[in-house]
Amino acid sequence: MDPDFLLPDLEDEDAGPFWQGTARGELLVQACSGCGRRRMPPRPMCPTCRSLEHSWHALSGRGTIWSFVIAHPPLLPAYQALAPYNVITVTLDEDPGLRLVGNLVARPDGPINEVDPATIRIGAPVRVVFQRIGDISLPRWMLEESRQSAVGSRQ
Amino acid sequence: MTSAIKDRTAIVGIGQTAFGKGLADSELSLACQAISMAIDDAGLRPADVDGLVMFSMENGREVEVARNVGLGAITYFGEIGYGGGAGCATVGHAAMAVATGQCRVAVAWRARKRSAKGSRPWAQVSQRLGGYQQWTRPFGLLRPVDEIAMLARRYMHEFGATREHLANVALAFRKHANRNPRATMYQKPLTRADYLAARWISEPLCLFDNCLETDGALAVVIVSAERARDLKQRPAYVHAFAQSIPQQCQVMTYYFCDEPLLGPSYACARLLWSASDFQPADVRVAQLYDAFSPLIPLSLEGYGFCQRGEGAAFTDGGALEWPDGRLPTNTSGGGMSEAYVHGFNLVLEGVRQIRGTSTCQVDGAECSLVTSGEGVPTSALLLRR
Repeated sequence: MDPDFLLPDLEDEDAGPFWQGTARGELLVQACSGCGRRRMPPRPMCPTCRSLEHSWHALSGRGTIWSFVIAHPPLLPAYQALAPYNVITVTLDEDPGLRLVGNLVARPDGPINEVDPATIRIGAPVRVVFQRIGDISLPRWMLEESRQSAVGSRQ
Repeated sequence: MTSAIKDRTAIVGIGQTAFGKGLADSELSLACQAISMAIDDAGLRPADVDGLVMFSMENGREVEVARNVGLGAITYFGEIGYGGGAGCATVGHAAMAVATGQCRVAVAWRARKRSAKGSRPWAQVSQRLGGYQQWTRPFGLLRPVDEIAMLARRYMHEFGATREHLANVALAFRKHANRNPRATMYQKPLTRADYLAARWISEPLCLFDNCLETDGALAVVIVSAERARDLKQRPAYVHAFAQSIPQQCQVMTYYFCDEPLLGPSYACARLLWSASDFQPADVRVAQLYDAFSPLIPLSLEGYGFCQRGEGAAFTDGGALEWPDGRLPTNTSGGGMSEAYVHGFNLVLEGVRQIRGTSTCQVDGAECSLVTSGEGVPTSALLLRR
């Protein structure tokens, strides 16, 4: 992997536990200790009940593609070398208000430009995989063929 | 609702530098030139100016501007954040400051060079990201165009919008620029075939879905309605002004909420129209923020020119085109074909439509709508004769 990728900060005040979770192969979101609502991206206060208390809950890592782009140059050098590549936004199964941005890959360790863009569909079911870059594990996503028919109409 | 600022102030001076790429002058110099021209246009003197409102992204600072142009003692100054969302807000804050007596002659402006430090924030991010960028940039969603393309794809999916609709937007604004000698795309036509053959930037958006990259500066002068009547130019009264940060807003990546396609313009429009004697059906000319073509259908919906999901179809049949469209839009060419100066050229074109001096003049327009960035905390102005 190119060392010049833009990477998150493992020690980020609010998001650190998320990235520590991905390093362990877990997809974590904040859940409010006051009202129980999950929230993403992480933040100090619950916008529903204003509680400052929260815990981190592991999600199943399953979702559907909400939207996607195919990025072409000009891009930052590390990314331009991979262009054109996909970026997807995923709606998480546990809560349609929770979304994550990531990339669709063909294999757990595959690059972000391997899936044929013409095959990417909004509504397609995906599951998370984790790819290590330096000290960070980034969530990426693979199509879940077995669930295609089950959620195909939901989009 | 009664608005305390309705028709209390007016834009009485406008000034702008030439637009170009690689202009030799600094952003500070460009700012001072545009401000100086706007003061002259109003028939005022630099020493009359006692209020300044600028973009927080501006490189030339208030003190530098005041020292260069020879302004009077400044009694009100402020800055508005969020880049392209700030244009109308700088004018609105200036209007509020004049209406409340905090200053008497206020200037608002934007100067920008694409080559300048800080002009392309996406290309200068540090490698360890905190804040909202960490949820998108590591995955290669790097540029503003990528962030809006994500919304555009979803919009097209939900509402059946197509690239033909986006081409309607690009072609309308180009036609307007073709008539405007100040525009980058003056006398440079664009065909539908050109649009459809253009290279991708971030699918589903191609080169011509993007705004230009421009060096230049523009400025306006705002005074009270009483004083405006004695000055050189026909006043463009600030009839209504609104800003908005929608609920659960995230800058440019407004995906992490229940309804990402109900963007900042919806919240802004509610206040704007409630403070106004005019409603969308009364508006015959609009300058809508167009950093990217899909922002136009979103803004047409948000500002109430059609229902949700109808913005793309609204653009059919030349609806955005001067002179015969139902809503001639971005009549100077806008950010996509005149110049991209964070949308501030839209403010000046809104004023020209009130003065009757646009190169695509809409006859008899009683009011003139100008909006700022969709996708970020935003603002809008309704000017009137």
